[in-house]
Amino acid sequence: MVELAYLTAGVLFIVGLKGLTSPKTARRGNRIAALGMLVAIVVVVVDLIGLDEKLAWGVVITGIVVGGGIGAFLAIRVQMTDMPQLVAAFNGFGGGASAVVAAAEIVRLNAVIPTEFAVTTALSLIIGAITLTGSFIAFGKLQGIVPSRQVFLPGGTATNGVIALAAVVAAGFGIFADSATAYWIATGFAAILGVTAVLPIGGADMPVVISLLNSFSGIAAAMAGFVISNQALIVGGALVGAAGLILTIEMAVAMNRSIASILFSQFGGGVTAEDIGTKPVNRATADDAAIALAFAEKVMIVPGYGLAVAQAQHAVKDLANALEERDIKVTYAIHPVAGRMPGHMNVLLAEADVSYDLLLDLDQANPRFPQTDVALVVGANDVVNPAARNDSDSPIYGMPILDVDEAKTTIVVKRSLSPGFAGIDNPLFYEDNTLMFFADAKQALEDALSAVEAL
Amino acid sequence: MSEEFIVGIVVFVLAAFVGFEVIAKVPRTLHTPLMSGANAISGITIVGAIIAAAIGTEILAAVLGFLAVTFAMINVVGGFLVTDRMLEMFKKIPGKR
Repeated sequence: MVELAYLTAGVLFIVGLKGLTSPKTARRGNRIAALGMLVAIVVVVVDLIGLDEKLAWGVVITGIVVGGGIGAFLAIRVQMTDMPQLVAAFNGFGGGASAVVAAAEIVRLNAVIPTEFAVTTALSLIIGAITLTGSFIAFGKLQGIVPSRQVFLPGGTATNGVIALAAVVAAGFGIFADSATAYWIATGFAAILGVTAVLPIGGADMPVVISLLNSFSGIAAAMAGFVISNQALIVGGALVGAAGLILTIEMAVAMNRSIASILFSQFGGGVTAEDIGTKPVNRATADDAAIALAFAEKVMIVPGYGLAVAQAQHAVKDLANALEERDIKVTYAIHPVAGRMPGHMNVLLAEADVSYDLLLDLDQANPRFPQTDVALVVGANDVVNPAARNDSDSPIYGMPILDVDEAKTTIVVKRSLSPGFAGIDNPLFYEDNTLMFFADAKQALEDALSAVEAL
Repeated sequence: MSEEFIVGIVVFVLAAFVGFEVIAKVPRTLHTPLMSGANAISGITIVGAIIAAAIGTEILAAVLGFLAVTFAMINVVGGFLVTDRMLEMFKKIPGKR
């Protein structure tokens, strides 16, 4: 009976995720998945009560109240612009919980575990610990506590390889010698590896890192499911592992780089900074931008991470409203890796009440640029860099980009000419039909709105 | 290998395939809620955490059990709530076309 109840929870997770395939059913889907979780929790509690043993319910209830309270507080308080770091933190807690479940089982059995279950116990510990520390470094980078640039470690990838090997050897010792101490040493190396593997990865590669850590948190949960022989954990963990892996692959494809090269290579920075800012650009004021926008028929807005940093999502929507009042068609082109996590821009624009059917994918947006009068680029850089298309020497050559240079006029809102994450110059900025509007994104959009209204 | 373990492997592989099939159809616009919602599901480890906390007898087991339950609950409650908050915002607004 208990097994069937856990299976019900697993089925509810799948039905819930299926709901996420459309924005119309997504909210209900999420609630169905939450119901599955409730079912699993009720089942385990009822099952434990049936054991008729003296159990430490005080510990369980305290943990539920404290953890639930912290989770609810964070979920209700978070700003939408801060969503990437919150998801990173939650990934870390999930992975950490699975590692601790495995650790508790080692303590209970005094490390004497049948070999196949010992392997999954070790995997749960190692993957969980990497997820925990890696996620908190990612959180720190996104929050600005840890430098978001690439921090290079002595020895680079080789150092990480040695640490990983040490973790595996220690885990092997734990498995075959039934040594709890060896398991703890393995966990320690894994925790260090989480830090040293994520530190060298730059901010713009965070969508890949968060997706991969998401996958890891699922795999750690599935491994913990083997540890305690529980189907609900195995199903739930496998689903999350698959979801994270799909997103990881999609992000890597959107950057035209392999997952390995994102994780292990030292990317970008090839072009010296002094090349940048010496060529002439067309500088634009708010009035210039307003005139170009107000007399257009079709405007495509291309948001990037700068939009999130400046919290400019509502300012974008206000400007779009003013343009729509003038019967101008406004749509949005979203690059898959714009922002710091998959779908980051979509959430921000949804918060500003932008209808989701106006948000276009790369494939939908690119054929429309030649018929677009004004492409308004707000805080995006590498994802609109034509060098990815034309310059085979460019480090980002081959990356699919939004072809904003094919619009009749392109307005780029940017704080300065500084290069993007890839550290490379952007030929778009020097095009004849590009207007550079140097300002903070939010201020620029508000000024442009005032200027449009004054026309 | 024990039969129990092999059943576990079968379930894992099948669930991963179902996961791939379903999740590959999630549109890009919902990728952030997908990630936070999936993340909440990975909090299913709460089941293991509750068992560990309840049956633990020594101090060390109690500490580990408490940590596991707390971490997993942050994940579960926070993950589902924040996903609900996000999905509430996704609207199709009929406008001038």
